[in-house]
Amino acid sequence: MRKLYPSAQAALDGLVHDGQLLAAGGFGLCGIPEALIDALVDSGVRNLTVISNNAGVDGFGLGKLLETGQIRKMISSYVGENKEFERQVLSGEIELEFTPQGTLAEKLRAGGAGIPAFYTMTGVGTVVAQNKEVREFDGQAYLMERSLVPDVSLVKAWKSDRAGNLVFRRSARNFNPAVAMAGKTTVAEVELLVEIGELDPDEIHLPGIYVHRVVVNSSPEKRIERRTVTELSGE
Amino acid sequence: MAWTKSEMAARAAQELQDGYYVNLGIGLPTAVANFVPADKEIWLHSENGMLGIGPFPLAVEVDADIINAGKETVTMIPGASIMSSDESFAMVRGGKLDLSILGALQVSENGDLANWMIPGKKVKGMGGAMDLVAGVRRVIVLMEHVVRKANGEWELKILKQCTLPLTGTRVINRIITDLGVLDIDSQGLRVVELAPGISREEIQAKTGPRLFW
Repeated sequence: MRKLYPSAQAALDGLVHDGQLLAAGGFGLCGIPEALIDALVDSGVRNLTVISNNAGVDGFGLGKLLETGQIRKMISSYVGENKEFERQVLSGEIELEFTPQGTLAEKLRAGGAGIPAFYTMTGVGTVVAQNKEVREFDGQAYLMERSLVPDVSLVKAWKSDRAGNLVFRRSARNFNPAVAMAGKTTVAEVELLVEIGELDPDEIHLPGIYVHRVVVNSSPEKRIERRTVTELSGE
Repeated sequence: MAWTKSEMAARAAQELQDGYYVNLGIGLPTAVANFVPADKEIWLHSENGMLGIGPFPLAVEVDADIINAGKETVTMIPGASIMSSDESFAMVRGGKLDLSILGALQVSENGDLANWMIPGKKVKGMGGAMDLVAGVRRVIVLMEHVVRKANGEWELKILKQCTLPLTGTRVINRIITDLGVLDIDSQGLRVVELAPGISREEIQAKTGPRLFW
């Protein structure tokens, strides 16, 4: 098996096409596949529907794809940090489907696990429930939510071996495992590549069966959205 | 005198019991963590996949991979754990968290909450709020009692029915404001505490539905 690709551009070659359903891991700017997003911009593919909890910020992360007008529709839970995106939504240039964050994560997990739909109490009695089946179990109302199976999933991990076994780091894990599971084809951008056998089987967060292509980006920018610190007293 | 923001957060901190797993919303609810007594063991949950949030890091400790749900850089306390978003919400939906404290735009007397959208004004999204209020066992709203306007008038936030898009229906257990503490029970809104110097008449005048005592 040859999962390792020499560049992000090579990793997307022949994989991404106009009109596809794509998913990207990350929460805010934390744990996003920076090099793969850049390669997606360079690929010039258009008319994309992108599943991602957030839409990046102006000029960084998925914000880059919004500026080039390559996204037709976003499926997200929160997009409050991106003015250009807000403008595109309010002007009707882009479609936006809000999905509660936990429902979004479960739609991806379930999609990857072969479960076409599930019931959740999240969103009952709200706009999220519009046009969805409501069913009662044990006296409690639940909504039926359809799961998501993207054509291509782009994720970010800390470490990978050549088999695509992934280890994530801290809260940069976030949506990445579920996004990776859901993709028909999944591409992982990693900071460190190790040889097969170097990762202890118990430390692997996501088995390589979910990962089809791997590219190394050893120095991602990792831009911080809100740098909050504790001041040392006496300084 | 009505409670200040710090006093509101301190009052809300009294709701946290030893051993609780708690989710604090963005804004004033986040400040509740500053008033938790050191002898209480509290595990703060972050929707993006962390149990055991610690204080903000020192400048030299800042790590872009360690953020809270407000995208702020944070630390992890000893005993913290990391999980994926789907697992983070499995524990939310599964009723494993003891308490969620969050802000509100409007609340109704039967416990409906509106806190995610003002139509035509802003495009932001519900984030994890709908999952939290649906799944967490006890939900407390921490907010200013009314919207204060520049001309000295005010707009009600506690209403018979919310007019803004809902986050959840019949989900709130308790409301803590600058004027007092209200519980939502089978009768309606019951006042359980008044801030010092706040009269029954004042809190009633600033509340849409009739209050019970």
